[in-house]
Amino acid sequence: MNAPAQAAQLTPQKFKSDVKPVWCPGCGDYTVLSSITKALAALAVRPENVAVVSGIGCSSRIPAYTTCYGFHGVHGRALAAATGLKVARPDLTVIAAGGDGDGYSIGGNHFLHACRRNVDLTYIVMDNRVYGMTKGQPSPTTEPDWDSKLSPQGTGLREFHPLVIALASGANFIARATSSDPNGTAELIVQAVRHPGFSFIEVLSPCVTFRPEQRTWKDRVHPAPVAPTDDPGRAARRLMTDDGFNIGVLYAGHRKPYRTEQSATPSSVAELEAEFIL
Amino acid sequence: MSSRKKPARGTAKPVPKKRTSRPAPKRAAKPAAPRSGAYADFMVQAYAMENDARDRYTEFADQMEVHNNTAVAQLFRKLARIEGLHATRIVREMGWRKPPAAAEAWMWRQSEAPESVPPGELHYLMQPWHALELALACEQRAVRFFTGISGSTAPADVKRIAREMAAEEREHVQLIREWMKKVEKPDPGWDRDPDPSLYSE
Ligand SMILES: Cc1ncc(C[n+]2csc(CCOP(=O)(O)OP(=O)(O)O)c2C)c(N)n1
Ligand code: SF4
Repeated sequence: MNAPAQAAQLTPQKFKSDVKPVWCPGCGDYTVLSSITKALAALAVRPENVAVVSGIGCSSRIPAYTTCYGFHGVHGRALAAATGLKVARPDLTVIAAGGDGDGYSIGGNHFLHACRRNVDLTYIVMDNRVYGMTKGQPSPTTEPDWDSKLSPQGTGLREFHPLVIALASGANFIARATSSDPNGTAELIVQAVRHPGFSFIEVLSPCVTFRPEQRTWKDRVHPAPVAPTDDPGRAARRLMTDDGFNIGVLYAGHRKPYRTEQSATPSSVAELEAEFIL
Repeated sequence: MSSRKKPARGTAKPVPKKRTSRPAPKRAAKPAAPRSGAYADFMVQAYAMENDARDRYTEFADQMEVHNNTAVAQLFRKLARIEGLHATRIVREMGWRKPPAAAEAWMWRQSEAPESVPPGELHYLMQPWHALELALACEQRAVRFFTGISGSTAPADVKRIAREMAAEEREHVQLIREWMKKVEKPDPGWDRDPDPSLYSE
């Protein structure tokens, strides 16, 4: 598991950097930042033992706002970088984060294979069903009939169901959270980090600028009426009747994470080079 | 990302001062009857609640500063300072040398802390009146929260302090109502942006 070294507990504030977020006031991503810092405090880890890795997008700015190690990478490649990092440094708590565009469009293929590989890290997607940073294009989770200047009469394309894809691809922990409940989201992040293998949390995080109607999500979300299951078949059946607003853990499986044993870090450049000799 | 720079309107008027240091409450003067363990727990919770509210207002002030809405930023900063003073007062009254660790780790299991503005309520064009409207709702929630405890099956000393706190929160409700009378009420359409962030042909 993402076993964080136990240490004297820090306050959530200690995980917040001095960089002030430039998100729009009301953006759900503020809450996700706050939930991550609360979760890290609750996990009693230290910022220097945590890496937050992201792609590109409004949501992907998140590493800069924490005091953890951060990697604000290339669009869609958060999971590639995070996977490499975790495999090289299994002692770190690795959190990958980004948006639905980053994770499901350009990064969609990485998403499938990260679920399949089951490397022990946590992936948080701030899903606002739109490309916020580039001013409001539809994303894979956008409703087919979302009529906007950039998609007149909607795309007509069936939306992608992240939880279904995650389950089918082998993610070991799958949950949905909402930015309207910072503490509930923090608790889910704690559980996800503690759970061995690839943990995926889809956070409903409104884009108040390009999808102002998402402000009403807070009234639509509700706790999932059932306990988490470790049976993928049962989880799949539950998803068939999912209204998209069930909040909680859907699935917590027992699949062995990829390379759980500690891999020795090369101690010299020569040793590192030797690994690349064919 | 939208990070439009718009000054807020209707902010110049002086506002009544919300009292930040109230006269020493009766409870501080009373000779200490033995207090139940629940009393200390309750005060930790009350402290956490004030702290949470302070942090939320501080975050909001930062957000508004980034978006150059200085009037609302200043107002949130002021509200944060007031909540901070309430938290400090609890520390003093309880005779804690420093804030209890349990409060730092406090998580509101069911929902948000009653005195904190729910996240996601801000708008970059909001005006001081809107900020006060949000603060008013928080104080009203706090009244309900403490009134609920004062009418519960909690130990007598907890019920007594909860009653006092409910009365104080009621005072805050009144103060904020007064404050709202002094700031300009936004016109309908206050959120209309002549240069909207949405792409248009
Ligand atoms: C290779 C590449 N292609 C396209 C872009 C343009 N781009 C930047 S962010 C973004 C989408 C952002 O959407 P999302 O990941 O949902 O994040 P949000 O801004 O909504 O948080 C795109 C397409 C880019 N930066 N790099
Ligand atoms: S454009 Fe949307 S996603 Fe980006 S910061 Fe603003 S509200 Fe958030």
